[in-house]
Amino acid sequence: MPQTEAQVAAVLVACHELGVPVVARGAGTGLSGGATPHRFGVILSLARFNRVIRVDPLNCLAVVECGVRNLSISEAAAPFGLYYAPDPSSQIACTIGGNIAENSGGVHCLKYGLTLHNVLKLRGFTASGELIEFGSEALDSPGLDLLSIVVGSEGMLAVITEVTVKLIPKPPVARCLLASFADLEAAGNAVAAVIAAGIIPAGLELMDRRMTAAVESFVHAGYDLNAAAILLCESDGTCDEVEEEIGHMGAVLKSCGATRLSVSQDEAERLRFWSGRKNAFPASGRISPDYMCMDSTIPRKRMAEMLRAIEAMELKYDLRCANVFHAGDGNLHPLILFDANDPDQLRRCELFGAEILEASVHLGGTISGEHGVGLEKLNSMCVQFSPLERQQMIAVKRAFDPKEILNPGKVIPTLHRCAEYGKMTVHRGLLPFAELPRF
Amino acid sequence: MSNDAQLHQLVEQIHAARERRAPLNICGGGSKIFYGGMPRGDALHVGSLEGISSYEPTELVVTARAGTKLVELEKILVQKNQYLAFDPPQFSASATVGGMVAAGLAGPARASVGGVRDYVLGVALLNGRGELMRFGGQVIKNVAGYDVSRLAVGSMGVLGVICEVSLKVLPLPAVDATLQWEIGANEALEKMNQWRGQPLPINATSWFQGRLRLRLRGSRAAVQAASDLLRGSSVEANEGTQWWTELRDHRQAFFKVDAPSIARDQSLWRLSVPATAQLMMPSEEVLIEWAGALRWWRTSLSAETVRNYATQAGGHATLFYGGDKSFAKCTPFAPLSEASMRIHRNLKTAFDPDNLFNPGRLCADF
Ligand SMILES: Cc1cc2nc3c(=O)[nH]c(=O)nc-3n(C[C@H](O)[C@H](O)[C@H](O)COP(=O)(O)OP(=O)(O)OC[C@H]3O[C@@H](n4cnc5c(N)ncnc54)[C@H](O)[C@@H]3O)c2cc1C
Repeated sequence: MPQTEAQVAAVLVACHELGVPVVARGAGTGLSGGATPHRFGVILSLARFNRVIRVDPLNCLAVVECGVRNLSISEAAAPFGLYYAPDPSSQIACTIGGNIAENSGGVHCLKYGLTLHNVLKLRGFTASGELIEFGSEALDSPGLDLLSIVVGSEGMLAVITEVTVKLIPKPPVARCLLASFADLEAAGNAVAAVIAAGIIPAGLELMDRRMTAAVESFVHAGYDLNAAAILLCESDGTCDEVEEEIGHMGAVLKSCGATRLSVSQDEAERLRFWSGRKNAFPASGRISPDYMCMDSTIPRKRMAEMLRAIEAMELKYDLRCANVFHAGDGNLHPLILFDANDPDQLRRCELFGAEILEASVHLGGTISGEHGVGLEKLNSMCVQFSPLERQQMIAVKRAFDPKEILNPGKVIPTLHRCAEYGKMTVHRGLLPFAELPRF
Repeated sequence: MSNDAQLHQLVEQIHAARERRAPLNICGGGSKIFYGGMPRGDALHVGSLEGISSYEPTELVVTARAGTKLVELEKILVQKNQYLAFDPPQFSASATVGGMVAAGLAGPARASVGGVRDYVLGVALLNGRGELMRFGGQVIKNVAGYDVSRLAVGSMGVLGVICEVSLKVLPLPAVDATLQWEIGANEALEKMNQWRGQPLPINATSWFQGRLRLRLRGSRAAVQAASDLLRGSSVEANEGTQWWTELRDHRQAFFKVDAPSIARDQSLWRLSVPATAQLMMPSEEVLIEWAGALRWWRTSLSAETVRNYATQAGGHATLFYGGDKSFAKCTPFAPLSEASMRIHRNLKTAFDPDNLFNPGRLCADF
């Protein structure tokens, strides 16, 4: 547990010399096993790097150490009417260093972007313990945009100790619209219709009936329990602007068959609407001994199709699944409910999860929207990327870390592993003339 | 010829160049030939790799082949009431999507909406071995593996041939309005800086020759409220659009260093600095954008002096027009730290081990 940059450098220099793996760790809230210790390695806990170094309101930025909690940044910026936009549901616990590593999102990222879009500069150390900076307080930097690849690299390219984030003005007003739908298809279509109408909501979330029932008994958010699905649709901005947009959104949702619409009348009600969504994970923990949270992204228009596929999988694996979506981004979080004490349920749950990821890739999406690959989705990487592409990623890793001591064994599976997983031939191998490149 | 066949031809050219160890100069529309180091090597044309491969307005995503002209792409987007929010410059009508990504330059809206890399969701790339690979994807959120597609943005083509790009698009704003003030450069910087921290629909700012201009974009209600609050004089719609387009595409005389009226020893520098940096140059030599974070400086001062100013302010300076860009005299881009340079060299080897692509356009080393 180093406390100074010099200590971080010293740990890295020593480990690099001895070839000992180093796994950086923030708050350990990661959902893909990214910070899981290595059998022969060192855990570099950055929890003590917890100072907000400065808030510069005129430059609209904050400089913080990597172990600072996501929410603390917005708290420090609040007196200036500013905030840090990405707001993962785990924001009271997760660190900005972990957010950088996972390129974390939140319910507002459709309008305000992911971590990448809100970071200006990173300071940290290479695998060999050399100090390095990516980005700057200016809006671009010379050379390749290394910052953009370090963000989302799951602690495998560098250890980050200090982060400069962009702050944005807090919108004066936010209101949330709660809409019920009698079937999932209609809810899915409503999401596409809102976007097609030229609206970029500040948040656009979907929950299915099993999920609303679970959270309702937990937090009493006032959700419509008869609805097959509900949508939460938020607008923020000036008072007039929000008024105009809420009217527009309401009209679109109604024309898409919304059976019930309510608009938050004050901040307390808005927070109540959101409390259900934000407590989706703990609520699932109450209706089932265990749950596994998946995190894939699909094109929005395939949402209804995906939900039907998940329903079929419930029967196939004889397990229940509750669904919450960052619908605006097409990012799904199916929560598969199971009991880990029953080894067969655990086995079926893992197969269920892998099938969801595979289906997502086939629908034109990706195996991870915001939680990362870590250890958990290594096999699924074989489905999404060709051997050449994975080889190229390994080469990128080696360009930053030639001895491969930073968080080894995560994110990019070896050829051998994919061969065992049996996906070698499915990706491009089934195409005729597989050796020809094609669009 | 079909796109698959064209792609195949590119691969063959790469293999041939590899055998002869002869460098390749990747050519799109040639609209930014002046940018970065001088092009060298045999031409590798990607301009014919064109067309939209998919466009789903409700997904806010368009996928276009690298040779697609920016003007064409814009036309298609406008039909669905959408656009590229980052305002990429079109220094000529020949500018292509691939060149836009490789150069990584964004226009006047950069400070408020983000740059090219913030909108690139995926690319298909041919590496130095002639292998076609796809990174990123066609969805907005994606953290599977390293996102190599973002690394291609601003790479000046040194990592590989960009063949296809998926971009995030946005709905056109309902209203667009320009306001202006007659004030000095320092006062303008102060105003621009202060506005940034307020919830206003400011999309672009510029200061040039005693005039501060500001573009508002957003809903009718928001733009109206901001106009009332800011109280600048309002600029007629056509005139406003013309100003921002000419600024984006560098059509003003200020950007023409080869114009006869201008001293022969002047160069045009692009200084990217923190928005709150001091003015640092005589106000008659500068054009300011991006709320103060971008400063175009026409000067005959030496590269060293200009770069010192930029570095002290916490930014960097690029030699944009004019001057001698042969590396012996002055590198167009600011030098990198040793640690960063080492990663650069390793990445170059990882993608293009035989140093085929665009030698010297990004760094003197490769
Ligand atoms: C209830 C709950 C809700 C969640 N909701 C969301 C959500 O809405 N959106 C979302 O995106 N995620 C969500 N997550 C996932 C998780 O919170 C994020 O991935 C978060 O960014 C992890 O931060 P952490 O500090 O806990 O990192 P850790 O779990 O400690 O580490 C995660 C990865 O980051 C690396 N790492 C950490 N710090 C550094 C550093 N300083 N330098 C280099 N590498 C580092 C680690 O090696 C590891 O690979 C949720 C998790 C939970 C438990």
